[in-house]
Amino acid sequence: MNYILETRALYKEFGAVSAAKDVNVSISKGEVVGVIGSNGAGKTTFINMVTGYLKPSRGEILFNGQSIIGRTPRAITRAGMARSFQVAQLFPELTVLDNLLIALAGAESPFPSLLRPLRNEGRIARADAILGEFSILSWRDSKVTAVPQGVRKLIDIAMALIGDPQMLLLDEPTSGVSAEEKTQLMDTVMQVVSRHQVTVLFVEHDMDVVRRYVSRILAFYSGEVLADGPPQSVLDNARVQELVTGGQRAHKRAKA
Amino acid sequence: MRLDKTELMMLGVAVVLATSGLVAPQWLVFLLTMALAKSLVVQGVVMQMRAGLVTFGQGLYFCIGGYAVGMSGHFLTISDLPTLLLIGVASAVALAMILGLLMTRYREIFFAMLSLAFSMILYGMLVKSPGLGSTDGFNVIAWTLFGWSPASGQAPLALFVIIIAVSAVLAVLLHRYGHSSAGAMCEAIRENEVRVEYLGQSPRWVLYMNYVAAAGVSALGGGFMALAAGHIDPEMAYWITSGEFVFIALLGGTSHVAAPILAAILFAVVRTYAIELVPHSWQMILGVTLLAIIVFLPKGLWSLLSGQARRAKAVEAKA
Repeated sequence: MNYILETRALYKEFGAVSAAKDVNVSISKGEVVGVIGSNGAGKTTFINMVTGYLKPSRGEILFNGQSIIGRTPRAITRAGMARSFQVAQLFPELTVLDNLLIALAGAESPFPSLLRPLRNEGRIARADAILGEFSILSWRDSKVTAVPQGVRKLIDIAMALIGDPQMLLLDEPTSGVSAEEKTQLMDTVMQVVSRHQVTVLFVEHDMDVVRRYVSRILAFYSGEVLADGPPQSVLDNARVQELVTGGQRAHKRAKA
Repeated sequence: MRLDKTELMMLGVAVVLATSGLVAPQWLVFLLTMALAKSLVVQGVVMQMRAGLVTFGQGLYFCIGGYAVGMSGHFLTISDLPTLLLIGVASAVALAMILGLLMTRYREIFFAMLSLAFSMILYGMLVKSPGLGSTDGFNVIAWTLFGWSPASGQAPLALFVIIIAVSAVLAVLLHRYGHSSAGAMCEAIRENEVRVEYLGQSPRWVLYMNYVAAAGVSALGGGFMALAAGHIDPEMAYWITSGEFVFIALLGGTSHVAAPILAAILFAVVRTYAIELVPHSWQMILGVTLLAIIVFLPKGLWSLLSGQARRAKAVEAKA
């Protein structure tokens, strides 16, 4: 079977601490996978290794069948795997449109043009289109520092998506967003990514959000994959309930 | 090549300035020539500031440009102005291509201190080189232009017109560079280098390219300075000289390509009059000026003009 992303016996140690232990994951094209786990479970470490930010201590990472171990984040991005961040990584002193235009120029060529203007009609139309898709066109000319947190998260994802990646990794796309806005934000994101036919892997703490959008869940605990499968079977797994979701469910029961 | 409004305005100002040289006293022509030569070096400082890097060692390339011009005349008897300037720029670019490999690994104070260190190494080498006049430096031979040798009275005015023309063309190119994908990428690196990497770009490559280009531009200023003053000495690489370029960059701001030119001219005028009025404490006047700029105009003098333009636009929009 052709997997878009495959990790084999992946390990990551920070001194005596193991952030990833024998992580074996295979993701097929078109899948929407949710990654769950408590803080320190190794979710972000997994994303950081897959996107080249961290080098694994051992193991193999294949993207479209090619090893990407030792490749830089930019090389992996250019190969077709883009990411967004837990804290939106934007250019705060620039306008939303300029953020998108820079992302587009970055995606077009690894060597940016020295004299041709950043702002040209084609790029502006493309940036407007993607801002429209994410329903944030009204923020186009605002400085990033002036836009709300939810919109920043969408800009972050839009910047990752503008280069037409094959796979998108979203690190906690709803973190810092109010409970009321979460569903709306994720509805928007998932509609856009499905339109672009992108394989998605996203890290999320809110189980309602995970259950609503994914076809498969990876549950991490202490650097290991505790469970991997369809949402209901993973969420009903006794060990997942005990070690990953138990706290959240108990909290929800208490609130109810 | 179609020129936008800003570019046309800059070329217009250049024509007016060059024409004014015909009626201006010789001391003013010389003062403006020196100021314009410095503004070219400051353009190099500003290019790096836009990418979030402050250099305290741009005097290195200023000095390389000056010495390359002086030595080519002295040892190779080359007197053709464009050839001399090209040699200056090529020497600086060649050195920057080597040093840039190291410099672009560093950021913030480490970059600033390393740039300072390299300029001081050159200063030390020149001071210890009797063949190049040690601390006294040496005189630069008179220049020619494609075989034409200006009379001694004509040379300053001719050089004034040439430096205005070169500064104007360079300002147009730098204006385009600032608005290009590469220029925008420099700003993006200043704002968030991690994101730039995840856009598929190499921040180091962008900074390297910018560093080498800035060195070339600054060397051009050094070359002109050598030709205008007719003399070069190791002070060109001294840290105080580099500090002066940073001073001028802060004075003008980084938001417009014309800001370093305006600031360099203002700096020359303030310094000239400060020396005239208080010969023993003129540095204090410059210090107070810089302090006032930092406190009241943190984005430099240019923010006064851009602020006015914004207000005018807002009034127009309301109407």
